[in-house]
Amino acid sequence: MSENKSNWPLWEVFVRSRQGLGHKHVGSLHASDAEMAIGNARDVYTRRQEGVSIWVVPAESITASSPSDSEALFDPANDKVYRHPTFFVLPDEVNHM
Amino acid sequence: MIETQQHLREEFDAYVAADKKIEPKDWMPDAYRKTLIRQISQHAHSEIVGMLPEGKWITRAPSLQRKAILLAKVQDEAGHGLYLYSAAETLGVDRADLVDDLLSGKAKYSSIFNYPSLTWADIGAIGWLVDGAAIMNQVPLCRCSYGPYARAMTRVCKEESFHQRQGYSIMMQLMKGTDAQKEMAQDALNRWWWPSLMMFGPSDSESMHSSQNMKWNIKRFSNDELRQRMVDMTVPQAECIGLKMPDPDLKWNEEKGGHDFGEIDWTEFYDVIAGNGICNKERLEDRNKAHDDGEWVRDAAVAYSEKRNANT
Amino acid sequence: MHALLRLGDDALVLAQRLGEWCGHAPALEEDIALTNIALDLIGQTQSYLTLAGSLDPDAPKTDDELAFLRSESEFKNLLLVEQSNGHFGDTIARQFLFDQYALLRAEHLAQQTFDLDAAAIAAKAVKEIRYHAAHSSKWIIRLGDGTSESHSRIQKSIDDLWAFTGEMFAADDVDIAGSIAGLLPDLSALKTQWDVEIDRVLVEATLIRPKDGAMKTGGRTGVHTEELGTMLAEMQILPRTHPGASW
Repeated sequence: MSENKSNWPLWEVFVRSRQGLGHKHVGSLHASDAEMAIGNARDVYTRRQEGVSIWVVPAESITASSPSDSEALFDPANDKVYRHPTFFVLPDEVNHM
Repeated sequence: MIETQQHLREEFDAYVAADKKIEPKDWMPDAYRKTLIRQISQHAHSEIVGMLPEGKWITRAPSLQRKAILLAKVQDEAGHGLYLYSAAETLGVDRADLVDDLLSGKAKYSSIFNYPSLTWADIGAIGWLVDGAAIMNQVPLCRCSYGPYARAMTRVCKEESFHQRQGYSIMMQLMKGTDAQKEMAQDALNRWWWPSLMMFGPSDSESMHSSQNMKWNIKRFSNDELRQRMVDMTVPQAECIGLKMPDPDLKWNEEKGGHDFGEIDWTEFYDVIAGNGICNKERLEDRNKAHDDGEWVRDAAVAYSEKRNANT
Repeated sequence: MHALLRLGDDALVLAQRLGEWCGHAPALEEDIALTNIALDLIGQTQSYLTLAGSLDPDAPKTDDELAFLRSESEFKNLLLVEQSNGHFGDTIARQFLFDQYALLRAEHLAQQTFDLDAAAIAAKAVKEIRYHAAHSSKWIIRLGDGTSESHSRIQKSIDDLWAFTGEMFAADDVDIAGSIAGLLPDLSALKTQWDVEIDRVLVEATLIRPKDGAMKTGGRTGVHTEELGTMLAEMQILPRTHPGASW
């Protein structure tokens, strides 16, 4: 890590691209405060009409799942195929359900 | 422990060989991490230094429309540098440290930006040829094995195609213009053609990093393959607007289905890399000055934010 | 025509100055921010100058002809916007003093019904300038209430530029006629609103508002500071060197 005192903290940027969609992670940037982070995100990540709403989150505030836990976290869902509607076969006469 | 390392390494190799993406927190060999940091940060530095030769012409752009386009283009380069620094930071380095390496001369950036931009036509040539070569190099990187780099490159490539077109459009307009304008365009092509072919790096027989990077899916095509593509793509574009390629050995080779072209001046290539280009010193001084001049501003913003946080 | 030229020239000259920053801002993010502001201003320039150039049907002029082929004395911009960039604080102070004025002026212009073309341009400009004003105000506050070094630097920037603020509100014949017609705002009323905004930001920035001393004017009638001539020489070099050429 840099000792440089003028080092602005890192922010993760999430942009809602259109009304009705969720915010999606688009990248990161540096800013000294949240207000600047919003402004910078607007200038950096929405120059081509990419967004209608922005979230910025201090990168250090994000807790992520660990890749080494991924088997324990996600594999158990693999055999629960009955959660998906396609698991159930309908008689031909029933078109929609 | 050694066995675990070897096991992880084998898993990693198999994973990459299956064309899957590596993400920031995944295990990766140290050499892979180092290679990526080096390549991504060099790439970011190139975008930032690349702003300078074109930036010189913003104040002299010959119409309001051209001024706006050039500003937007150079601004995109700042954006691309930023996306790339962000991607590098996911590998556990800090942008400030990477920038320090650039400013101290320790880190490299693309040599092409050590050539001077002398006339307005250079802005055309840079967009058309330099960005053209950059796109040729970059498109395969959108499929690079490292996720954040691949995603950054996808965004960069999407934006970059406007850059090449704006350059070609400048050249096209000049070639429709007065004799002086045509001369300006031809002169710019003469000066930028060979340096832009050098952008693909040393020939395959000389390249240091190629084979391991190919195996890691960081690199997908060899330097010479990409260079050949660049020549084949650009020659008809030049002909179409009446520009003459500055290479007497250039001719179509029916058998190979591509152009034969003359030998690159490798002495010049290594000379510019070694720091002897016309603008090496100037570019670094320019960046250093901007960085030093901005320090009090960056400090002030941090101080202000700390005061605010202390008050709440 | 005169009123529109003033609007266009203010935007053009300031955009040209901001363009000089490209690649040299204190941070990469700020480089992108300043360029966005410059791009907005070029867009405003194109709109205002195109409209201004169309008003004389006997001698119509394009925006580029007005931008690149007029001499220094034909430019009607404020002296404030032609002042050189100086350091980042000087640039921000210039921007801040201008943005607050430009915002109020554009808001009026967007609402008047005397010239609907100008109103349409201004309506778009209002949104842009609102962002510019927020950006420059916030920087005034950060620098004013940042370190002791930044505080004294930005105070000096404001002090140095203050003498150019009087020109914004010094109504001449063009302003008075425009104001009576409804096109232009009443500048004394505008000044009152400007004072409120400027004071609010300066207080938050812990900065002292300079006393109104002798004000420098002349830009609106084409008598400029030395800064403009060199700027135009650079800006206009290609169209001047290659008369009649297209780019």
